[in-house]
Amino acid sequence: MVDFMLNGEVVTASSDADTPLLWVLREELTLRGTKFGCGIAQCGACTVHIDGQPMRSCVTPVGSVAGKSVTTIEGLATPVGEALKTAWTQAQVPQCGYCQSGQIMQAAGLLETNPNPSDDQITEAMNGNLCRCMAYPRIKRAIKTAASGEVMS
Amino acid sequence: MKKYSQGISRRSFIAGVAGSSLMMGMGSLVAGCSSEQATQAMASGDLSRVFSPTIWFEINGAGEVLINIVRAEMGQHVGTSLAQIIADELGADWSKVSFTHVDTDPKWGVMVTGGSWSVHTSFTALSQAGAAGRTVLIDAAAKLLGVSPESCSAEDGVVTSGEKSLTFAQIISNGDLSRTISEDELAAMPVKSPADRRIIGRDLRNRDVAEKAEGSAVYGLDAALPGMAYAMPLLPPTRYGSTVLSIDESAAKTIDGYIGALRINDPSETVQGCVVVAAETMPAVLKAVKAVSVDWASGPTASVSEADLIAEGVRLAADPTVGTLYVNEGDIAAATTNAADTLAATYTTSTALHFTMEPQNALVEFDAQGRCHIHAGNQWQSLILPVLAQALEMPETDIVIHQYYLGGGYGRRLFGDQMIPAALAARALGRPVKLIFDRATDSRFDCVRSPSVCTLAASFDGDGNLSGIDHAAVAGWPTKSMAPGFLGTGIDGKGQFDGFSISGADHWYSLPSHRVRAINNELAQATFLPGWLRAVGPGWISWGVESFLDEVAAKQGRDPVAMRLALLDGRGKNAGGDGSTVGGATRLAAVLKDVAARADWGREMPPHEGLGVAVGHGQERGMPTWVACVAHVAIDPSSGDISLKKLWQTIDVGTVVNPDGAMAQAEGAALWGVSLALHEGAAFAAGEVSEQNLDRYTPLRMSDVPDLDIKFVDSTAFPSGLGEPPLIPVAPAIGNAVFAATGRRVRDLPIRLA
Repeated sequence: MVDFMLNGEVVTASSDADTPLLWVLREELTLRGTKFGCGIAQCGACTVHIDGQPMRSCVTPVGSVAGKSVTTIEGLATPVGEALKTAWTQAQVPQCGYCQSGQIMQAAGLLETNPNPSDDQITEAMNGNLCRCMAYPRIKRAIKTAASGEVMS
Repeated sequence: MKKYSQGISRRSFIAGVAGSSLMMGMGSLVAGCSSEQATQAMASGDLSRVFSPTIWFEINGAGEVLINIVRAEMGQHVGTSLAQIIADELGADWSKVSFTHVDTDPKWGVMVTGGSWSVHTSFTALSQAGAAGRTVLIDAAAKLLGVSPESCSAEDGVVTSGEKSLTFAQIISNGDLSRTISEDELAAMPVKSPADRRIIGRDLRNRDVAEKAEGSAVYGLDAALPGMAYAMPLLPPTRYGSTVLSIDESAAKTIDGYIGALRINDPSETVQGCVVVAAETMPAVLKAVKAVSVDWASGPTASVSEADLIAEGVRLAADPTVGTLYVNEGDIAAATTNAADTLAATYTTSTALHFTMEPQNALVEFDAQGRCHIHAGNQWQSLILPVLAQALEMPETDIVIHQYYLGGGYGRRLFGDQMIPAALAARALGRPVKLIFDRATDSRFDCVRSPSVCTLAASFDGDGNLSGIDHAAVAGWPTKSMAPGFLGTGIDGKGQFDGFSISGADHWYSLPSHRVRAINNELAQATFLPGWLRAVGPGWISWGVESFLDEVAAKQGRDPVAMRLALLDGRGKNAGGDGSTVGGATRLAAVLKDVAARADWGREMPPHEGLGVAVGHGQERGMPTWVACVAHVAIDPSSGDISLKKLWQTIDVGTVVNPDGAMAQAEGAALWGVSLALHEGAAFAAGEVSEQNLDRYTPLRMSDVPDLDIKFVDSTAFPSGLGEPPLIPVAPAIGNAVFAATGRRVRDLPIRLA
């Protein structure tokens, strides 16, 4: 049994402590916005926030988040998160869309610590997130739009 | 309503009222069916015996338009584009248009999404269906208003005649709407002129994007059912011919929730030697799949390497007795015999993975009636259904594939072979089974892009003019393994070819003599399941053709753009014809001129930098998408690292339905081209791909993205396809730029200088 905060509410996971957080979120707690891609922390589709930091849930044992605060795409309700989701729609970023919740979680982590990143800083922060549809130009554009505060719904 | 003559199948548009909704469809009335039967069937939804609609939409009592989309959504926003075409002709209020991606049903006819076909193949029928719907609504409105239909127009969901108007909702509630429109009437239907379009050509937001940005979009992997078991596959050492000798479950049996390890016996022989490990929970199956140990007898290809596959391709290309002719223009024998000079080169591409970010998966349940329900995203349901029927030894009509968003397609999900072990496991366990491939297993099970070999030989006459090109192209053929009914017959009658694999060799350059031989690499065919990967044949054929033309230009001392323009004369068979081929090679010349001007072609470049050019002409000659590309590279002379600084493309796809969506497809396809040229390459070793995850397989990342300058030509020509064509010229443009920068020819993909 592992207790942690999930999107602002205390939850108890019954999976073994060594179970990847990703699968606890998806299959035990049925929050399936967080995606499985590579299983080795190389694609970023499974990115969630742990105590505010973007982390790869596919290699994070659920036991390690005991007592911590986990935020998934479903719970990303901060002003930065809302701005990103709006900017994502405005720039029509997603193609197949499968990687995009991870992209947005990673981008939110960036903008929380650096509200006005340069192009190079965006690339550095986002380079671990694979987009197989190669929507990278629009991902970058949407992050800049969200950072500029020029989002329109 | 008059009865139609009996006994022939006829394409028709049917409108019928069901409850408070107007149902409309277009498709084929089966032989012997009357129009009354058809309208009744349309209203009841029981269509399968009388009518096969390819398009089906309804307008409910609130005036909302719901369109059924038969095509799969995998990032191309196909539903939005197809809905735009119907809604424009219908005169609908776009804010009241919605659509669903349907599950399989025989009534939908062929279900396939690929080949960049969707808009091209649907445009006429969707336009006519929308126009027919508008005609039904206007005729009914005219009666209600006491005016002539000719005085009415439909726009934004309202039919207007002078001062009088009725909304679609009012017409549906009060009008006389049941109707059959014949094939002749459909052909005469007044489809809008481009100037009158109001929804086509607009950057309307794609309907699938918001939920994908919220994390609420549901993909196949997200499907769940009460009581489902979780399962993961264990694959044998070779795709074919391996057999399970023994399974050791002793370690797995100590895992809480372990169910068992099942030998999969697939009567269709599509999935061979597979073991499925099942458990009650995902954590349990993750442990169990590592704890179960299987001993296999390997199949005959257990030692095959990438080098073996390429060497076999080179050997076959050099053997004039193999293969079949795909092109034979002029007299290549005479051109070769009389040649004053010759030039020959061999180009290869290595194995490439689809690497969809959503790994293969399927959730399968048998219902109380024994019908099989499969939950998974798929691109070609009509291809896998008969295979499933064979594997499950049950009628195809008792199998339903429920459609979901595809977490990447790129051709991988044209085949649904992962459904087979899931379905067999579900039947064996007597409960729903969710089968999930982990990443490495997904890569090993991939129907990869076959390694390929092209040899090209040019002949020059005594004046140094190009007199002919002889081309041999060798690869594993997807169509041969998965859809042999689609193989073509060579013009010399010596055998069959995979049109999807050889397409692009029949290019639009006018050559005095031109011969193309299509050759199957049977070692590839035996070692793995070759797949259709984004841009398919033209994706590797053009690597050979466009690189070689650059070599010819260099040998002749000519500018590569000027030489191409001279060959793109639009004469003879390259003049084009109707529909999307109108203009022929002259449209390719036009985009080439445009991109050369925009890239400032011919300018002086700094040391170790160069520009390269190449063109592409889409997936097939009957549906050309004209693309010209210039690449700018900079080479680090000490390391050999290639930096792609910028790509320019000019694209003529004819009419563009959704310009922003089209640009997104072009950006993605062009970057796929970059990724395949510089970043992706797998190799077979010991019978399977060695690069199974992102630690070794390295698709393009954000840091690798060059500046992109992509332009669409304004055109009202019939629309072609877009999901793949911008990929095609990228690799040769980069390779040709490397030559311009270094003087070194690169002939193997991915390009490596170091």
